[in-house]
Amino acid sequence: MGYKYITKVNGPVIVASGDADFSMHDIVLVGNLKLLGEVINLNGQDAIIQVYEDTSGLKIGEEVEGTDAPLSLTLAPGIIGNVFDGIQRPLHVLRNIEGDFISRGLNIDSIDTEKKWKYTPIAKVGEKITKGSFIGEVKETQSITNKIMYSKDKEVELIEVANEGEYTVNDIIAKVKDKQGNIENITMVQKWPVRMQRGYKKRIVSSEPLITGQRIIDSVFPIAKGGTAAIPGGFGTGKTVLQHQLAKWSDADIIVYIGCGERGNEMTEVLEDFPKLLDPRTNRPLMERTVLIANTSNMPVAAREASIYTGITIAEYYRDMGYNVAVMADSTSRWAEALREISARLEEMPAEEGFPSYLPSRLSEFYGRAGMVENYNDTTGSITIIGAVSPQGGDFSEPVTQNTKRFIHVFWALDRELAYQRHYPAVNWMISYSEYAQRLEDWYIDNVSVDFYEYRKRIIELLGEENSLLEISKVVGKDVLQDNKKLVLRACQSIRSGFLMQNSMDDVDTYVPLEKQYRMMQTIIMLYDASSKLIDKGIPLSEINELGYFDEYSKLKFNIKNDEIYKFNEIDEKYKNGLKRLEDEYRYHIID
Amino acid sequence: MKAEYIGLEKINGPLVFIKTPKDISFNEQVELVLKNGEVRIGNVILLDKDITAIQVYEGSNGINLNGTKTVLKGKSLEIKLSEDMLGRVFNGIGEPIDGLGEVNSDIKRDINGSAINPVARKYPRNYIETGISSIDGLFSLIRGQKLPIFSGSGLPHNELAEKIIRDSNITGEGKFAVVFGMMGVEYETASFFRKSFEESGALSKVVIFQNLSNDPSIERILTPRVALTCAEYLAFDLDYQVLVVLTDMTAYAESLREISSLKGEIPSRKGYPGYLYSDLASIYERAGMILGKEGSITQIPILTMPNDDISNPIPDTTGYITEGQIVLSRELFQKGIEPAINILDSLSRLMKDGIGKDYTREDHKKISDQLFSSYSKVQDVRALAKVLGENDLSDMDRLYLKFGDEFEKRFINQNKDERRNISETLDLGLEILEILPKSEWDKFN
Repeated sequence: MGYKYITKVNGPVIVASGDADFSMHDIVLVGNLKLLGEVINLNGQDAIIQVYEDTSGLKIGEEVEGTDAPLSLTLAPGIIGNVFDGIQRPLHVLRNIEGDFISRGLNIDSIDTEKKWKYTPIAKVGEKITKGSFIGEVKETQSITNKIMYSKDKEVELIEVANEGEYTVNDIIAKVKDKQGNIENITMVQKWPVRMQRGYKKRIVSSEPLITGQRIIDSVFPIAKGGTAAIPGGFGTGKTVLQHQLAKWSDADIIVYIGCGERGNEMTEVLEDFPKLLDPRTNRPLMERTVLIANTSNMPVAAREASIYTGITIAEYYRDMGYNVAVMADSTSRWAEALREISARLEEMPAEEGFPSYLPSRLSEFYGRAGMVENYNDTTGSITIIGAVSPQGGDFSEPVTQNTKRFIHVFWALDRELAYQRHYPAVNWMISYSEYAQRLEDWYIDNVSVDFYEYRKRIIELLGEENSLLEISKVVGKDVLQDNKKLVLRACQSIRSGFLMQNSMDDVDTYVPLEKQYRMMQTIIMLYDASSKLIDKGIPLSEINELGYFDEYSKLKFNIKNDEIYKFNEIDEKYKNGLKRLEDEYRYHIID
Repeated sequence: MKAEYIGLEKINGPLVFIKTPKDISFNEQVELVLKNGEVRIGNVILLDKDITAIQVYEGSNGINLNGTKTVLKGKSLEIKLSEDMLGRVFNGIGEPIDGLGEVNSDIKRDINGSAINPVARKYPRNYIETGISSIDGLFSLIRGQKLPIFSGSGLPHNELAEKIIRDSNITGEGKFAVVFGMMGVEYETASFFRKSFEESGALSKVVIFQNLSNDPSIERILTPRVALTCAEYLAFDLDYQVLVVLTDMTAYAESLREISSLKGEIPSRKGYPGYLYSDLASIYERAGMILGKEGSITQIPILTMPNDDISNPIPDTTGYITEGQIVLSRELFQKGIEPAINILDSLSRLMKDGIGKDYTREDHKKISDQLFSSYSKVQDVRALAKVLGENDLSDMDRLYLKFGDEFEKRFINQNKDERRNISETLDLGLEILEILPKSEWDKFN
């Protein structure tokens, strides 16, 4: 506690001096308006403080009050479905209090403390309770049950338990006694320092994919539950649309969407869409499993820096209950820029392109909080992190993209050329990669089909061959290529438009189950192989094209609904028979 | 009682430094009274217990150290707002320069504005017909969108902006106003716009804030903020549909760089300060619609890309904040195509929700995607033709060349006074697509 007094103001960074003993990362209340700030540097009597709100109007000599507590989140039922700013202030509540524009100096509860939740006890009187133990539960939304956990790192005994009934988050729902006989009241609320990782018993190597319903991801560059991925792309290449698609359709239990320094209207879009869209697994509105952190580009930069930690800490809280959580961070470049901005105000010596030298370690800490774990309470939970990267000038060699690449395992590189062709998602298959692909193979074999990876491999090989053929034809034209090479180009054209391209605006194509993805790969490879045989027998490609199968294939994604996968059998039959007939006709003509 | 202090410590370009007076606050507005009685406006940009830095918006010419008086205003910079501002002309810091006297109003607002709470925003969906085929057909403008024009020196961005203002049916049912902010603009440009507004009879609906190229560069830091404060008042207090044109944002960003380097800040890219993104966002994000309000702010900032380089920090950071961009092409301009819009680099992010059955026409998206995709193939064919010569191209490639030429000459190119409605635009697009066989229409699946 105690006070220091302002001696310098430089944008969001201030210096306060005085006798009071502040600790690093303590929250302080700055000036007469009591703006929220955080101690980021201590030097003798001086504390350097980043302020989470606009500092206009602060004066030299105004007091800075210590709180003796780090920036902490309120973890309790009521988080899911909510929209917070970067330091967990609920934006709907802010709007009710202060209107359409965000003002300053308002310290309000992060979650609704009046609302009564229907609480059901789990643990019984006399039970031994340790860190992470479930004490009771609350149905937070139709899709999510919030487990009330014991949060301290010690063994205690449950001595009193509330009956099933309606309680607010601050009501006492249990009492515990430790070995020394100290009694502690338990509520549904945990306070947790936002910069501190929440612990777990042990890490698990995950061999289960996060299914997204997006073909280029699930079938070509899959991500494991508990994995890390980056989506780099210049502006206009579709990062945000892809992030939205993943937030909508991933088979995670909970989505934490962090809008970090991005556009206000993008958050509005999520807020308008998600309540209307249904989760394909639960048939409940997507908002019932989603938490939004919205710190748009024009909101204070220090809170933007914090928003990433707020998001990941909330994710860890639900992971601890045994949920699979996916964190979408859009965009981590804006977060890195917030670091740079504050670092410059501190007059730190910059490293590459003005970014602070600790950029790589911060990125590594952030992505390091992903993973599948065994929790203290023996449940298994995971956090998958998918970070968008907005490289300066669209150039992947810039520091944020390069440093991010070191700490992630899936790289979905978005490409301007593909965006020009209106090929979305514009994931460039030549430079993207997934380091999980091998590890996930068994899962696909067990859960989809033994030859899923065979077809995946064939598709990737064909696309690789197409790439080198296109290089050649840039110089000599396509006409000089032999028919078997032209067939590769034709097949790949269908793979591009019929398989890789996926229309997020189309009701059928926006989400595609694995079974259909598999059948789509199978059909095109079958069509290619059968055509290839005909060409070997001297039948010209033009005759095969005449049949229209390659054209038709491009439309199958729309024409065969997700619950009509059996129709692929009819298609396969048709293609096989048609090609057979062509072969016969041709043989007949030659004999003739 | 306003506090006054005599004497300055140091002057460095448009920054003056004074011994920190007792009651000064960060970002506070101050007036500097010169020896000859002239008054300049400034604000506090750095506050230290010993010394305070003030940026002086009208420049530091003629200011001396001993005789200058600093008057603290006790608040940040505000402007008076009134509906009577329509039809008026102000300088870059919001003072009237049309000889019609002060704005009379009790309403004053801080020019820095506040961020719109994201949950209070209304997602923009209303399509604006500009009458320009390439924009309407391929990257539609939506009411409440921020859609910049990326240009280069000598390219006709002013003509394009003028045509958009003149021909757009932005009004819908409501009241319409234009707020025009000029930063570092040539006198000829300013009078070009003024003349156009006069001719179209729109002048009474336009508020002009002008900082010309010979006005103090630091004044430009304020101009977009003053203009947007006025726009917010018209849109969200008085229900106007406001179109804000800001030109030239490059001049604005250069002033920002100038101040930053005078303050001795550590530069990031090309000498621009590390907060360029946040600073530009605090301007561009002041566009949009608010739930329960009739009005809207549609923003068209114009910037010239130094050396036509779209990866320069100004267009680059802008593109990451705005909802798309319209890029002008020197190549098309030299071919005589007007408006010389670079189709492939241009984009409207809000288009997807504002076109189609309920807004324009059901086949809009398909036509637009097909034109884009086919035109992107034209570029490959043209590259190939350079290597092989046109004679050695396949028949299909030759059709693509024909398509590309017709698309440029008939679709993008448009007479200055020609206004095409959306149906005409889409029909024209289809007609040109007919050059290609249906098998190439892959977006029509």
